[in-house]
Amino acid sequence: MKVFLAFLKKEFYHILRDKRTLLILFIMPVTQVLIFGYAVTNEFKDARIDVLDNSRSPLSREYINHLQSSGHFQLNQSITNYRDIEEGMKAGNSKFALVIPHDFSTDFLAKKQPEVQLLADGSDPNNATTLVQYVNQMSYSFINNKFPNSTQKRSITVSSRMLYNPQLESAYNFIPGVIAMILLIISAMLTSLTIAKEKEQGTMEILLVSPLSPFIIILGKVVPYAILSFINALIILLLGTSIFDVPIRGSIILLLLMCLLYVIVALALGILISTAEDTQQGAMMKSMMGLMLPTMILSGFMFPLSSMPQVLQGLGHIVPATYFIEILKAIMLRGTGLLTIWLSTLVLIGMAIVLLGLAIRNFKIRLQ
Amino acid sequence: MSAIYTERITKMYNKVHALNGLSIHVDHGEIFGLIGPDGAGKSTFFRILTTLLLADSGMATVAGHDVVKEYKEIRKKVGYMPGKFSLYQDLSVEENLTFFATIFGTTIKQNYDLVKEIYEQIEPFKERPAGKLSGGMKQKLALCCALIHKPEVLFLDEPTTGVDTVSRREFWDMLASLKEKGIGILVSTPYMDEAGRCDRIGLLQEGKLLKADTPKGIIDGFKKSLYAIKTESTYKTLLFLRKQEFTESALPFGEYIHLSTKWKLNENQILSKLKEGNLIIKEVKRIIATVEDVFLDLSSKKSTI
Repeated sequence: MKVFLAFLKKEFYHILRDKRTLLILFIMPVTQVLIFGYAVTNEFKDARIDVLDNSRSPLSREYINHLQSSGHFQLNQSITNYRDIEEGMKAGNSKFALVIPHDFSTDFLAKKQPEVQLLADGSDPNNATTLVQYVNQMSYSFINNKFPNSTQKRSITVSSRMLYNPQLESAYNFIPGVIAMILLIISAMLTSLTIAKEKEQGTMEILLVSPLSPFIIILGKVVPYAILSFINALIILLLGTSIFDVPIRGSIILLLLMCLLYVIVALALGILISTAEDTQQGAMMKSMMGLMLPTMILSGFMFPLSSMPQVLQGLGHIVPATYFIEILKAIMLRGTGLLTIWLSTLVLIGMAIVLLGLAIRNFKIRLQ
Repeated sequence: MSAIYTERITKMYNKVHALNGLSIHVDHGEIFGLIGPDGAGKSTFFRILTTLLLADSGMATVAGHDVVKEYKEIRKKVGYMPGKFSLYQDLSVEENLTFFATIFGTTIKQNYDLVKEIYEQIEPFKERPAGKLSGGMKQKLALCCALIHKPEVLFLDEPTTGVDTVSRREFWDMLASLKEKGIGILVSTPYMDEAGRCDRIGLLQEGKLLKADTPKGIIDGFKKSLYAIKTESTYKTLLFLRKQEFTESALPFGEYIHLSTKWKLNENQILSKLKEGNLIIKEVKRIIATVEDVFLDLSSKKSTI
């Protein structure tokens, strides 16, 4: 135990004295959350829209003017038929098209609920949802302005449809994704780097020629990063909930337990990489190409898996982050418990067991 | 019981013999010097003995334990200083030493008497990160770390490479005093002039032990006559000498040429012969062979076979 503590102490010296590690550990998570966060909640100024006004009534014009008064939207062009909608979007001239139905005015005055249709460019899902929200808000305020004292319930229903990416993912996508990324980088990349560093500098040679068992060496490498990963997960969650109002609807204990499980998977991956690589550069390359890229691209973090070709979808299903992000979303956004996530959890547990087994089997007690 | 005992250790790398049937033994309280150029297989041999590599064939024991089956025992009992500086560069002198003491289940205090002499020299820098020490200091610290758990056998792979002359001498003084404490020491060096500080030496080339004996025994085993020649045009003289019938070998040695002859000659005979070649000779003298002469002689013989 004393030996283990000495090892831990040594690891923390390494971490605290290395600027690069510190940077990855504490600056990167914060900047990533902020960057992704603000990319999502970005305010829109003068987003260009197309309007197809089938009603052509004073009321519909008033409505359009009201939308523009928010400052968020700017009328790009009034179009006359449906075909022009897609053209405008494909050319990138407009963010979305608003279709006002023929009987907008009559419905409105008849106190029925008129329905306007929004066709948004879903290839940029984060922008699209925000825009839809704006339109909803503006429609609401339009009615309030028009009939301030109305006791009757009036509303304009905004039915939105996404072109190009119909199953729009939640805008809160990024917090689970960032957690998955950061935990992977810290757990897997930094662990593989620190073990590779021992090999590169020859200190592994001395550690091996000592009574330290390989198990202690690995554990000593893993524990500090597990602790730090955990702290980071907490920081990210805190930033997410406080700055970006990301909800945590489910059990926070379950959430943290799942983080722990994922950290174990990531650490096992890191050790596995370091058993195959003798240099820091090699370990870095492998974790970048083999872990970070798939996690970013194939886990559904940035691009929805369902819109990918079969092959990539298949690949996505061997990326641990895919399951972890699913679990996080279920717990944080939908507030569900183990009942709905048991399958993903089992997959992660299975991955952890297999990877740890491989890592321990591959760890060499000698140099070759 | 020998501190180190090996029998026909052989190791291949891609069909090339790194070690070819190496058999040595080192006693407790003895310094055995493994001398040979880079690539002779010294580091490979060290790694096999410190249980880091497996030999292809042959057997070895260290402190009485088999290097393959009882590697765990050996790892408790030996001190190892690899050829490359292998301490934590970002840890201070003191932190390094404390760390290595702890992982061997001991403390600096407990074994301070063993490292005292050496540690006192680096103590003024104990707050300094190991990476910022000078070459000699680094090696002293590495030696301290290898010694802090009172090993029975000490493996020092080229401990004096890249170290200044003064520090090198100090280093060997330290080894001499460690030997007095009954530690068996295997040390390798590419410097032939350090051979004299060992109790016994083994000359190693291309994985083969050319000869193993006391330094004196090695030198005495050299039966040929040897002359040192000082001249103004070393290269011309070398070429000239190599054409002569009596010449066994002529090799440059610093500002001298070392000439060994097939039969006995005296200085004047050589001098007059050289004059025939119109060479300006400053000095010719008969000398006693050094380890380097023996090494070169043995290795050249080997390559002609």
